[in-house]
Amino acid sequence: MVVTSVYLDSATAAPLHPVARQALLAALDDGWADPAKLYSQARRARQLLDAARAATAEVLGVRPDEISFTSSGTAAAHAAVLGGLAGHRRAGDTLVHSAIEHSAVLYAAQWHTAAGGRAVSVPVDRLGRLDLEAWSAAVSAPGVGLASLISASHEVGTVQPVAAAAAACAEAGVPLYVDAAQSIPHTPAQELAGWSTLSASAHKWGGPPGVGLLVVRKGTRWTPPYPHDEREAGRAPGAPNLPAIVAAAAALRAVAADAAVESARLSALVDRIRAAVPATVPDVEMVGDPVARLPHLVTFSCLYVDGEALLHALDRRGFAVSSGSSCTSSTLRPSHVLEAMGVLSHGNVRVSLHRDTTEAEVKRFLAELPGVVADLRAEAGVVGL
Amino acid sequence: MTVNDTEQPDEVLDCLGQRCPLPVIALARRLPQLPVGAVVRVLADDPAAAVDIPAWCRMRGQEFLGVTTVDGSPGYTVRRTG
Repeated sequence: MVVTSVYLDSATAAPLHPVARQALLAALDDGWADPAKLYSQARRARQLLDAARAATAEVLGVRPDEISFTSSGTAAAHAAVLGGLAGHRRAGDTLVHSAIEHSAVLYAAQWHTAAGGRAVSVPVDRLGRLDLEAWSAAVSAPGVGLASLISASHEVGTVQPVAAAAAACAEAGVPLYVDAAQSIPHTPAQELAGWSTLSASAHKWGGPPGVGLLVVRKGTRWTPPYPHDEREAGRAPGAPNLPAIVAAAAALRAVAADAAVESARLSALVDRIRAAVPATVPDVEMVGDPVARLPHLVTFSCLYVDGEALLHALDRRGFAVSSGSSCTSSTLRPSHVLEAMGVLSHGNVRVSLHRDTTEAEVKRFLAELPGVVADLRAEAGVVGL
Repeated sequence: MTVNDTEQPDEVLDCLGQRCPLPVIALARRLPQLPVGAVVRVLADDPAAAVDIPAWCRMRGQEFLGVTTVDGSPGYTVRRTG
């Protein structure tokens, strides 16, 4: 039997946008030189880089010189956290962050505390929403150098109260870093108000992997947490991957142009999944905020089901999804996000849609999922528990 | 959260070395066989049990009493309420 593959893991990496592919191929021919040099090939490369920066700035509603292209979203997150803390060392050495940050931020926090700094984790509720009261108290405590908040959970889709969290930071005089990797382009950057530093990742919006964005607003102190390099405003060392950057900017412009329509389409499909799964699969916990959520992402956990077995069973039927269950992680720990929310962590599935996702694919997933779960439960002898 | 030391479990399920969801399955199998009010302690060293046993209690309307350390391993105490 030939299995048609259905890719439902855009929160990890979206398929390359056709515009990105075109731009990448063109830039491989045209943009291979070092844009910092003084000959004609370099000038051409510089023009491409400047154009990519200008296009990206326009979509994000920021100044071009506030944007640095990094080698990944992870590199941008590390730089935002560690560079932000280094820039505000005199204000204090405490990093305040939500309990549901991306692991890139949490590992940067770990790096910071290993070097003698402090980190304070702010809890979320059962739906994955930041505890704003605890956040306000944490950022207004003495000695806070930086606050870090994910714009929306990459694991459960819950949108965070960025504007309110930013207001609390502003009142306390603490700069806010927002990890917007899952929100851009679904949420216009302008709606994520009040941040000082922002990061994003091109392969989440249909650009190639290996391109991140680090945006540092004018007037924000940011000190490189690594040796000096003059490229990318001194914020991202090493020669920029220009063809990939050009492709990333082209994809961003294309997806931003129809983000509103596309987000509405995906959100309706997610609503359908949120309604159908608990109606057709017994003992399922739908995870995350059903309303204040990302348009393209939905997570649920199936009681008594091994997450790894579920992923393999779905893969055999052609469905590519992700999971926060411990058996699917290299550390054998459950997802820190599900843990922080206090929701069922085993049998967890994250489905994330993208521009190529069709209604027929979602229908097929919803038609096959109940049988897949039922088979696994029958094999494990847990039916009727 | 710690359980009151005087609250001795009626039964202990040894799920040490078992990976999730096995400890939860063991609890789900055993608890309904015991009378309402019975207290079971699940010994489980899989880190997911710390999340999944309280979550199971919430989904099934059983009472999660807390976690305690038994010979260096976590023990999760649950009372059958229905």
